[in-house]
Amino acid sequence: MTTPIAPPPRKDPQKVTRPPELPPIQRSRASLELSAMAARGVFALQHCELCGTIAYPPRDACPKCLSINLRFRPVDDGGEVIAETRVHTTPDLYFRQRMPWRVGTVRLDCGPSVVAHLHGDVEVLSRVRMTAKLDKSGNAVMMALPAQETENMADDVQYRELTASPKHRRALVTDGRSAVGQAVAAALSKAGASIIFVGIAEPWKPFPGEKELAAIPKVEIMPLDITDTTSVTELCGEIGGKTDILVNTADYVRPGGLLAPGSVVTARDAFDVNVFGLQRLAQAFGPGMRARGADGTNSAAALVDILPVYALANIPSFGFYSASAAARHSLLQCLRAELRPGGVRVLSVFTGPLEDDWRQHVPPPKVQPSQIARAVVTALEEGIEETFVGDVAKDVAERFLDDPKVLERELGL
Amino acid sequence: MTDAAIAKGADLLGALVAGMRDGGVEVVDLTHTLSPDFPVMVLPPEFGQCQPFRIEEVSRYDSRGPGWYWNNISMSEHAGTHFDAPAHWISGRNLTDGTVDSIPPEKLIGPAVVLDFSKESAADEDFLLTRAHIEEWEARHGRIEAGTWVLFRTDWSKHLGTAKYLNLREDGAHSPGPDSDAMEFLVKERGIIGFGTETVGTDSGQGSHLSPPYPAHYILHGNGRYGLQCLASLDRLPPRGAVIFAAPLKIRHGSGSPLRVLALVPADGKARKS
Amino acid sequence: MAPRPGNPHRGYRDVAVAVPVSVPYVRYSIESAHWWIARALSELTQRAGIQPADLDGLSVSSFTLVPDTAVGLTQHLGLTPRWLDNIPMGGASAVVALRRAARAVEAGDASIVACVGGDANQVDSFRKLLSSFSRFAQDASYPYGYGGPNGSFALLTDHYMRTYGATREDFGKICVAQRKNALTYPHAIMKKPLTLEDYLNARPIADPIHLFDCVMPCAGAEAFLVTTVDIAQDLGLPYANLLSAIERHNAFPDDPIQYRGGWAMDVDELYAIAGVSPDDIDVVATYDDYPVIVMMQFEDLGFCKKGEGPDFVRSHDFTAYGSFPQNTSGGQLSAGQAGAAGGYLGLVEVLRQVTRQSLSAQVAGARTALASGFGMINYDRGLCSGAAILQGVQA
Repeated sequence: MTTPIAPPPRKDPQKVTRPPELPPIQRSRASLELSAMAARGVFALQHCELCGTIAYPPRDACPKCLSINLRFRPVDDGGEVIAETRVHTTPDLYFRQRMPWRVGTVRLDCGPSVVAHLHGDVEVLSRVRMTAKLDKSGNAVMMALPAQETENMADDVQYRELTASPKHRRALVTDGRSAVGQAVAAALSKAGASIIFVGIAEPWKPFPGEKELAAIPKVEIMPLDITDTTSVTELCGEIGGKTDILVNTADYVRPGGLLAPGSVVTARDAFDVNVFGLQRLAQAFGPGMRARGADGTNSAAALVDILPVYALANIPSFGFYSASAAARHSLLQCLRAELRPGGVRVLSVFTGPLEDDWRQHVPPPKVQPSQIARAVVTALEEGIEETFVGDVAKDVAERFLDDPKVLERELGL
Repeated sequence: MTDAAIAKGADLLGALVAGMRDGGVEVVDLTHTLSPDFPVMVLPPEFGQCQPFRIEEVSRYDSRGPGWYWNNISMSEHAGTHFDAPAHWISGRNLTDGTVDSIPPEKLIGPAVVLDFSKESAADEDFLLTRAHIEEWEARHGRIEAGTWVLFRTDWSKHLGTAKYLNLREDGAHSPGPDSDAMEFLVKERGIIGFGTETVGTDSGQGSHLSPPYPAHYILHGNGRYGLQCLASLDRLPPRGAVIFAAPLKIRHGSGSPLRVLALVPADGKARKS
Repeated sequence: MAPRPGNPHRGYRDVAVAVPVSVPYVRYSIESAHWWIARALSELTQRAGIQPADLDGLSVSSFTLVPDTAVGLTQHLGLTPRWLDNIPMGGASAVVALRRAARAVEAGDASIVACVGGDANQVDSFRKLLSSFSRFAQDASYPYGYGGPNGSFALLTDHYMRTYGATREDFGKICVAQRKNALTYPHAIMKKPLTLEDYLNARPIADPIHLFDCVMPCAGAEAFLVTTVDIAQDLGLPYANLLSAIERHNAFPDDPIQYRGGWAMDVDELYAIAGVSPDDIDVVATYDDYPVIVMMQFEDLGFCKKGEGPDFVRSHDFTAYGSFPQNTSGGQLSAGQAGAAGGYLGLVEVLRQVTRQSLSAQVAGARTALASGFGMINYDRGLCSGAAILQGVQA
């Protein structure tokens, strides 16, 4: 079993905050495909399409038959540890801060041997479940986990480096007026976050769920209007230094395409929330989070954005809403690179249509706020960069990966 | 214009300037500070919305502009302390001079009376100003003359910063305002130039349930009169005797605009203290 | 994969190996690889009694010549060879260089080949070297604790110990014996005696590897000449005949973890071509980046069977005067590892032993020697292996 992580003590004001360092960041292009799989929470290895050999490390040709036709596919993740070491000395600045570090050689049931991070609960001859996770540099690394869940498993210090677990961390949920914001706040509270700041815009307007929100343990209501730069800056001045996880739940939804009357005003409102809102949050909170990426148990860990899956391709019945989502998706890609030096993750949670007032005419299946909240917590706890919530989002993602142009036609029918 | 008339005018302005300088005339600011958190009118979500005031810094003696500080601002025409032109309402849509750019400038300065119903408004958040209330006021303070701004004092501006200012509940906003008889009386029988309030609109919070809905908007603008909303410091004005300057921005075909409303009041010492 | 029928691996005819040069090592030096290699070649030509222009073949191994290769070095040093080789094989460099130079000389493509390995070691150059070592290491090894070679060898040491019952004491015995040898070798970086207790109590580097299981990176160069027997005799040089040499790369790719090297594929041929057996070897130079690799070589080079390495170690004395003299200059573990020169250290040492030019304790009656090389942890294992048997010719 793993010793549970203790709540971090209050910060010693005389101590310098540990500067963030990254584990080695360079990778070959073939390895980046492994990272892309891990980003979506998939454990996949290269298969030779000609002879079926499974190869690792990632490469450009099959080591059995020289075919260049290699494809990443999900594989059996079972394996056995056949050697282990605890590294005490390294010239690498990231690992130096974290010595000693346990790694092992794992013989995978599907063939190759893999050098992997070892969870504290596994040792030589343990059966393990191999995972590919993104490390602080944003690249996939293998980590061998116990084949069966062990006590406090997620508290393993090496594992925690590969996640953005909300446990003992302080979170900001940006829109407490929405059902999604309220569900996310409740889920973070349950997942062990130590404080959940919840932003409320225009507090003079009552909203459904107000009382229940305030009653969630660890929730603190804060004034925040992400369409108002001053409001965002002021809140950041207050809690920016202790925002470890930022979950942007704000979303401005309106039906209508470009030819709808007055679409410029509505589109502007949509962009102001969905795009510039995210930008204001990033500009205010991003630099501080990036500087606190290695600040102990409650280091800054992740910015999560919940956005419609139509970021990937436009659905004309929500035409400019989709456009704002696409812009948002693009900004998240930018932010991912900008926060990387701090080891702070940017997690995108793509959703299908919600069951809400604006989408009463959209046929099911629809997504419930509680589903999104669970997905947010899972993304944080497992460090998954791209999550697709609900059947519609999964379907659109699959079609997108297959051929974005075909998807455009399908959504445009 | 005769030389005598010009000389008289010069004397009047000279007296005004002397009064402002040496005492006797006080300038009172009836305007709230424009800030992003200033509430705006709430409409059902499927309607177009009133954009609150927003400000983005362009430069502040930094790399974006080393020697100067300035901002870009954006807002609805109806944000903050603001002016409603006749064209704002459907009843005034066909009037000439109905938009802010075409209002004759002499109409932007005029006398004002203050109808103090702050006690009644404190007692009843849905207080409705009626013709009877106005007649009673006239009995004490004299008849309201044509061309006057009628300012409806409720002390509602003191709720700014609290939920009470909009006072929104599931059945909508709750704040005082006039009923249709009162507006008909002021517009038709007294010939006022406009009606000003401390609340977010010239109508009461529940004004959509009156007949016609939003009677202040409907009747004022349908007759070419103006509205002023979100006024401050009405408690610093005398019941009669003030002159107000209410000049909206000259926006082409604009329906209204945020503005600075200034009042000149006889300085009896009262206006100085807040 | 044995040689194809009809094209047997042929022995070497009249190839002489001579003039063992070791430029004394320095822990850190501001000098470049070019500087160290020039010093080695300078001593090589002087001691051979020839001019630099007489070198018509050159084989270079170095990690730190970048952006140059052997080509740039020819202009830099003013050499005009008609045969040029660049061997980026780390610990296997010397054996492979010798193997190729011997064929060149045999065929007449070159007459006098200088084989040289040398590297700079500036502060922080080890870290920089690691970061650009190989694609698989970059992708699949360094992101895991970044132990460098220590981390990789720790894993296979751990596996070997669990599988064959080797103990830290066994590895310690190898290290302690090599330190004793090093104390007789004036150029060794390590000058203090090492006890088994010191070895066992050393700080951990990457379990089960501790401080004295690791080599000390340093700067230096090593070199030797490959020529014909006739030319060696004309120049009046003590020399050794090359009897046999093997090399192999990426052997046993399906082994889940490395417990044997490529020698195991080619060892029978090594002795058959040389016409000697393991019992005929008087002095051995194993590649000793870590003691577990030394133990593997005892097995894979036929001195004992697979899995008997620990017992073999327990029953032998590895000092120059012992029952199995090996790494008589102290090996890299005690003399230091000057980059690619580390691959040359053992071969140069046994060349001195069998030509009676030893700087360290002379092994009595040493005539036939085996030098082995091993190199390039590309991902999880060393890929290059090689071995050569030399026989000294007494004038």
